[in-house]
Amino acid sequence: MTREPGHLLPSEDPVMLIDPSGRAVASDGREMPPTDALLRAFEGLVSARRLNDQAYALVRQGRLAVYPSSHGQEACQVVAAQVLEDGDWLFPTYRDTAAIVARGVDPVEVLTLLQGDWHSGYDPTIHHVAPQATPLATQLPHAVGVAHAARLRGESTVVMALCGDGGTSEGDFHEALNFAAVFRAPVVFFVQNNEYAISVPLARQTAAPSIAHKGIGYGIPGERVDGNDAAALLQVLGAAVARARAGEGPQLVEAHTYRMQAHTNADDATRYRSQAEVQEWEAKDPLTRLEVYLRSVDALDDATLAGFTEAAEELAQRTRVALNQDVAPNPEDLFRHVFAEPTPQLRAQLDIVLDELDREEVGR
Amino acid sequence: MTAATVEHQKLTMAQAINRALRDAMAEDPTVLMFGEDVGPLGGVFRITDGLTQEFGEDRCFDTPLAEAGIMGFAVGLAMNGMRPVVEMQFDAFAYPAFEQVVSHVAKMRNRTRGRLGLPIVIRIPYAGGIGGVEHHCDSSEAYYVHTPGLQVLAPSTPSDAYSLLREAIASPDPVVFLEPKKLYWATDEVALGRGQEPGIGRAVVRREGTDATLIAYGPSVPIALDAAEAAAREGRSLQVVDVRSLVPFDDETVFAAVRSTGRAVVVAESTGFASVASEIAARVSESCFHSLAAPVRRVTGFDIPFPPPKLEHFQLPSVDRILDTVDDLQWEDS
Repeated sequence: MTREPGHLLPSEDPVMLIDPSGRAVASDGREMPPTDALLRAFEGLVSARRLNDQAYALVRQGRLAVYPSSHGQEACQVVAAQVLEDGDWLFPTYRDTAAIVARGVDPVEVLTLLQGDWHSGYDPTIHHVAPQATPLATQLPHAVGVAHAARLRGESTVVMALCGDGGTSEGDFHEALNFAAVFRAPVVFFVQNNEYAISVPLARQTAAPSIAHKGIGYGIPGERVDGNDAAALLQVLGAAVARARAGEGPQLVEAHTYRMQAHTNADDATRYRSQAEVQEWEAKDPLTRLEVYLRSVDALDDATLAGFTEAAEELAQRTRVALNQDVAPNPEDLFRHVFAEPTPQLRAQLDIVLDELDREEVGR
Repeated sequence: MTAATVEHQKLTMAQAINRALRDAMAEDPTVLMFGEDVGPLGGVFRITDGLTQEFGEDRCFDTPLAEAGIMGFAVGLAMNGMRPVVEMQFDAFAYPAFEQVVSHVAKMRNRTRGRLGLPIVIRIPYAGGIGGVEHHCDSSEAYYVHTPGLQVLAPSTPSDAYSLLREAIASPDPVVFLEPKKLYWATDEVALGRGQEPGIGRAVVRREGTDATLIAYGPSVPIALDAAEAAAREGRSLQVVDVRSLVPFDDETVFAAVRSTGRAVVVAESTGFASVASEIAARVSESCFHSLAAPVRRVTGFDIPFPPPKLEHFQLPSVDRILDTVDDLQWEDS
């Protein structure tokens, strides 16, 4: 059997529909998404940016242990959620807080992990959002399993599986793409290539022409898209989701974007990248270019923007207030959920902790 | 279930496991069986023989040859309403899946504060005694029992293989199901149907005895029974406890047995250092100290990589090694 594999290769340049200056650019055969979808994306971008910056501030105030910010990657975050339907699933990583919130999960629940009260603070079954994956790429085979289960039941569910450029070096990335292709699972593998895995640049992760080129090895079409262009993302991810929903199998989408801040507050990005490089990416900011474009087609005015900003501020404030409250997590939870029913040994261990607590009370 | 309604069949352990899978798949359409060569071939040990033919390739199927992928795929299927049963072809071939097992399979319920449990069964043909070449004979149970969130079962009879696998598939929690390869061809009258007692979390006394207690599981139980038989000929009465369920562990039955004899030897094929046998010895020592006439002893594999076939008999617990250890239990003091 021979199959012409050329159609699996990505375009030479990342798909771009709005350039960094905010002008629409032609991209062969790809249409600009409807203005209302772009406006909705912009509202999401404003909210995501505010949330990123709020969470970053909460780290400095000692309310969050850490926050891997997606500042600069908000277009990827918002559009990954926007192209999904209610029954679809999202598989996020630790850097995808904004995508989870864009999917409709309460940011206070999402930030439980980083606040240190529990691991996953939200119910994955309500919004169809998997717990944030901290081990790299391990969530990708799960995404394939969820998609395959839906397919076995004849449901039209699509799964959006996120990872970063570093994650593509892991074996689980390879195995997930291979399983998805073999089982024709409706998964969109969406790689946010932000150039660095903590400090290690992309050149040390792969010698492939691009991450999207890796798809051909599995028989999966690869696409490259400008990750700071919400319009291009809506177009490319929307098409990938539609294709998966139509039963045409998985797709690999690589977004070229940039992590504007350090990996986390514990990182020092000046040790491995130049200020000039950061400034170059500042000029490609996803919010600015979409705002300029929307104003140029009279889809956005000051009043609308003020409304978006106010809503984002409200969300940030509600998050801040909730995270500033000290609610002591219950140590009983430590033993309650290891199994559906605690073993006799776990019950005995819980008693040790409860006894210690009782004695602390008495000692006070 | 009354005795009159229970159907019994004489089956090998391999057939009993096959029957448990077949019965579970017939009763519950969400039960899926997959792994390497488990489809039309029926698995390298033929445990899944006929399942693809009977239930179709959506229910019992081959996957790409990638254990981490198989395990991660199972996690996703379980997240979305299925009850996956996966076969790791051999004990030592399960290691690529280890991260998925430890970081996801075992932790999902806890990570999500009880909202998302994973009813996955991980079947692993395990341990030695079959003359297998390297990487085919590991006793890997300590890795799994050390991981909170996994139930770990090791049947020693076809009846237990059937009934425990039925319970494992029905369990809301993930189960590592260790199938002693060398017992695949042992036969037994197997009671069919779900809910056969005793279930997960219970040990059983396989042989009554009054002088000392042998505690064993999986492939070591028949050796312990042989040792008890040989001891009886020498006038010593050894009790044999089959642990069956490594996690949850049945302290109650094990402690009661040891207290009744006052002496205990733990028998297990796995390397001894930081092993299940060590844990059992520690638990018994801590809880039965005042009933013990001698220190708890262990007969385990040596702390060496599993030997090549011509040398493996040195590694496996033997009747002689068990009896020598029993002889050492300070009989002169009593």
